[in-house]
Amino acid sequence: MTNGWVDIRNSDVILAMGGNPAENHPCGFKWVIDAKKNRGAKLVCVDPRFNRTAAVSDCYVQIRAGSDLAFLGGLINYTLSKGLYHEEYVRLFTNGPFLIKEGFSFKDGLFSGFNHNTHTYDKSTWQYEQDEKGYVRQGPTMQDPRCVLQLLKKHFERYTPELVSQITGASVKDFLRVAEIVCSTGTPDKAGTIMYALGWNHHTFSVQILRAAAILQLLLGNIGRPGGGLNALRGHSNIQGGTDHGVSYEKLPGYLKIPSVQHQNLKDYLKANTPRTLIPTSMNYWGNYPKFFVSFMKCMFGRYANKENDFCYDYLPKIERDYSWVNMFDDMYQGKLEGMLCFGINPVANGPHSNKMLAALSKLKWLVVAECFETETAQFWKAPGIDPTTINTEVFLLPAANFAEKDGSFTNSARWVQWKWKALDPPGEAKADQEILASIFLKVRKLYEQVPGTFPEPILHLHWPYNNPTNPLLEEVAKEINGQALEDLKDENGKIILRKGHQLSSYDQLKDDGSTACGNWIYCGCFTEEGNMMARRGLKDPTGLGMYPEWTWSWPANRRIMYNRASCDAQGRPWDPTRAGICWNGERWVGDIPDYKHDCPPEAGLGAFIWLPEGAGKIFASDLAEGPFPEHYEPIESPVKNILHPGVSTNPLAKTFKSDMDKYGTPDEYPIVCTTYRLTEHFHFWTKHITVNSELQPEFFVEIPEGLAEELGIKNQQEIRVSSIRGSVQGKAHVTKRIKPMEVNGKKVWQIGIPIHWGFAGRVKGPLANFLTPTALDPNCSIPEYKGFLVKVEKV
Amino acid sequence: MALELKAISATNYPTLGIKETERVCKLIDVSVCIGCKACEVACQEWNDTPVEETYPYTGSYQTMPELAYNFWNLIKFREVELGGSFGWTMAKYQCMHCADPGCLRACPAPGAIVQYTNGIVDFVQENCIGCQFCVTGCPFDVPRLSPKSQKVYKCTLCSDRVAAGLEPACIKACPTGCLQFGTKKQMLEKAMKRVRQLKAQGFSQAAIYDPPGVLGTHAIYVLPHGDRPEDYGLPRDPSVPWIVSLWKGPLKTVGNVVLLGGILTAALHYLKFGPMRAEEKTRG
Repeated sequence: MTNGWVDIRNSDVILAMGGNPAENHPCGFKWVIDAKKNRGAKLVCVDPRFNRTAAVSDCYVQIRAGSDLAFLGGLINYTLSKGLYHEEYVRLFTNGPFLIKEGFSFKDGLFSGFNHNTHTYDKSTWQYEQDEKGYVRQGPTMQDPRCVLQLLKKHFERYTPELVSQITGASVKDFLRVAEIVCSTGTPDKAGTIMYALGWNHHTFSVQILRAAAILQLLLGNIGRPGGGLNALRGHSNIQGGTDHGVSYEKLPGYLKIPSVQHQNLKDYLKANTPRTLIPTSMNYWGNYPKFFVSFMKCMFGRYANKENDFCYDYLPKIERDYSWVNMFDDMYQGKLEGMLCFGINPVANGPHSNKMLAALSKLKWLVVAECFETETAQFWKAPGIDPTTINTEVFLLPAANFAEKDGSFTNSARWVQWKWKALDPPGEAKADQEILASIFLKVRKLYEQVPGTFPEPILHLHWPYNNPTNPLLEEVAKEINGQALEDLKDENGKIILRKGHQLSSYDQLKDDGSTACGNWIYCGCFTEEGNMMARRGLKDPTGLGMYPEWTWSWPANRRIMYNRASCDAQGRPWDPTRAGICWNGERWVGDIPDYKHDCPPEAGLGAFIWLPEGAGKIFASDLAEGPFPEHYEPIESPVKNILHPGVSTNPLAKTFKSDMDKYGTPDEYPIVCTTYRLTEHFHFWTKHITVNSELQPEFFVEIPEGLAEELGIKNQQEIRVSSIRGSVQGKAHVTKRIKPMEVNGKKVWQIGIPIHWGFAGRVKGPLANFLTPTALDPNCSIPEYKGFLVKVEKV
Repeated sequence: MALELKAISATNYPTLGIKETERVCKLIDVSVCIGCKACEVACQEWNDTPVEETYPYTGSYQTMPELAYNFWNLIKFREVELGGSFGWTMAKYQCMHCADPGCLRACPAPGAIVQYTNGIVDFVQENCIGCQFCVTGCPFDVPRLSPKSQKVYKCTLCSDRVAAGLEPACIKACPTGCLQFGTKKQMLEKAMKRVRQLKAQGFSQAAIYDPPGVLGTHAIYVLPHGDRPEDYGLPRDPSVPWIVSLWKGPLKTVGNVVLLGGILTAALHYLKFGPMRAEEKTRG
């Protein structure tokens, strides 16, 4: 979230799209209700199904799963063509006025620089025009045809209400109903927020959907403002923490990059990852990359990391390709992996294409699963249809403590890092993850000490400073993540600001010379000399906007609203004085922790987006794989060809797989669009092991529209089979009025919905929805397309 | 607040509290219910009601088709046409704690059903004879017989928690503020404010559901479409069934007269003819 849960109460318009907050975030949803009740806010819900959020919304519109980007494109076009954007905001705070290089173009679904052989882009034309010093050329009036705003207008003028209707299946009238409400927030006295979740993420063009939403919010001047923002609703209690700490293969903690094979030494690596300032005055905070990285290496390898050995840069793996987990399971299926340690994930249930997951696991020699339940993955060898005698994988199930049986922190969607305390001891022999991991690590290290192995240094030199090495206290780990001074830290006058051995209080103190250690720079400040800031429970609310600066601690720097400089005009006055996130009082910024230098006057030109080298919010972004502007592509399995450019129907960079198990269906055989989701009664694949949750939604079911049921002669509660080209599931039909037929480009299209949760493990059993889902990935983040794939439905 | 008895089933002694007690009330604002079922879980957890291992799928999002002896708080889901547009209503259903409780009036077992001065209607299972007259007497179809214990159960409005100054478990669990708890007066004020808000937002028929047929209830609703309570699973004009009213009203007097007449006749008969002697049967 750029903003936070409580801040939603400050919104005038809430767009819930690509997420179903009432269903999946019922507690956070209280702030939506608060805004509705106390501000008269309008809640708009756009979703393939009339869901729980829709039930309490002011405006609901149904769209086809997988067509969100076209809908957002329509909103962008509506905003631009009707002049509803916040002109001054766009000029001051976005790259709208920046000029783009001459060669940049877009034609027939492809941007300039596409290589038809490798299916990649040469991004050299997706760049800003630069002057001789390398700074960006701008057209401050935003009229230059090469400026970002004009290019954006041109790109999205195709997304007319009629086109949106043809692609999404929503009527023109319905689209305009949404557009009128959502695009009304482009004025300083209004603020609108967007709440999204996996409904946007589970596509082969997922990151581009988020980009479209970000562009819309930048145009409307909603980023950085209380009541505004682009707010991702995270689906697990600590998935934000996991993301922050580098669980994803391509990231190190704090969104630092895993080195690639091109960068064999520290100098090359830092050069490639440290952005060069593009505006003379911009703060370009990511320019401090070397400080973040070196401090991280000091945390990892302690005294072994020094300037002479590139701070042990050689110890880090260098990657040459995508090692995300779906790829990893493809490798496994091809027999390239010997064993796997599986913590906190249930890949068989998670899918995609659970049958492939099962087949992949059966090629392993050994599998270790640490879990508090015997999950599908732990008992994959007795999955339905598998003969256990044919499986040679040795499976170890280690009983692990659950979240309530250990302390530690949860980072919520709002970036609040909240400390929690152990409520009870783990049962029986169950151990907390850190104890299991530490025990395995120490055993491996001992083996390396006894028997010489290949490249033992990363293991032998790992910094392991815990009082009880086999069971590190999570408080110790938290302190390590925060970081400490390894020397006395001095200011420019030579005055000591922090003693050696003391906890750092802010990432401003990090150094690239090895004098600081920090496990995750964005968490620097969470555990200072004052103590565990995450354990705070202060209820002061000085701004009256629900920021609660003394309630726990939020990254970065305890800032509650990111990019909050953009909540003020050029002079530092809040756009809306009734919702002042921060403001300039003549000497310093007051209110929330400013996303700006705290004593630097507003006209200093550091940029409202101080993290970026251009200091401006990116309407045009060359960072993405498949284009600097979002474009509508169809899902890998779609009932229709892309109307905009049938020749490039799907994302040209989307990743699909080639093994004998990876198949992709076509609409002639599989005509129905299918989407998957969770139910409020459940938590992921867990709660089928728990009695009360099992009782609340006891049986697997498939939501099918009334009209489709009539066509197929299916009655409510009748047993049906849903099949994709990869697998099938069988269960009760839930015939509902909440999904209507759609007309997509003149063709009648049905869609159905399948809740995830059930499986062959647990107290209540049922089919895994992911037997159906395709192995197709987004090129930027490798997320699978769990939503908007093709199936057929039959009566059993 | 201590629980003081106001009425006791099948008993003629009205017990009067020595002080004025505020009546308590649950407010269910259906316009912000998201059907999350936290109230269902809280009810089960607090009251320790036994869980059946498997209930079959109900054909909707609803946990089970009706209330059960071990499930006192049920959100009803309905797909309906509301005010010209499609709606999916979710409304919590439980004992309404009527001011004029049909169950208590119908109950023939002394002390099996009591009404407290704070408005709570409670079942005292140790006095229950399992006759299910309360089921007939309830205009909301709430009480349920346990097949195992042959006693009848329903929502207690968490009388144990309320007596200790706490809100009912369902209220505590509600994440959206759909459920609120306080005195009847406070809740009516809140409900009226909310109805005004809803009317301003275009719900011209928004209304409070506090049915007069049972002299009002201690669980009241805010309904965005107040003219159509059935669409939320609520009866339109609930009142104590005529059979119970008749039986416990005029018929009771008639019955008493007949009963008294019977006893009198029996006594006169005894005085006149003496005790009846059984004639010995011929042994076979």
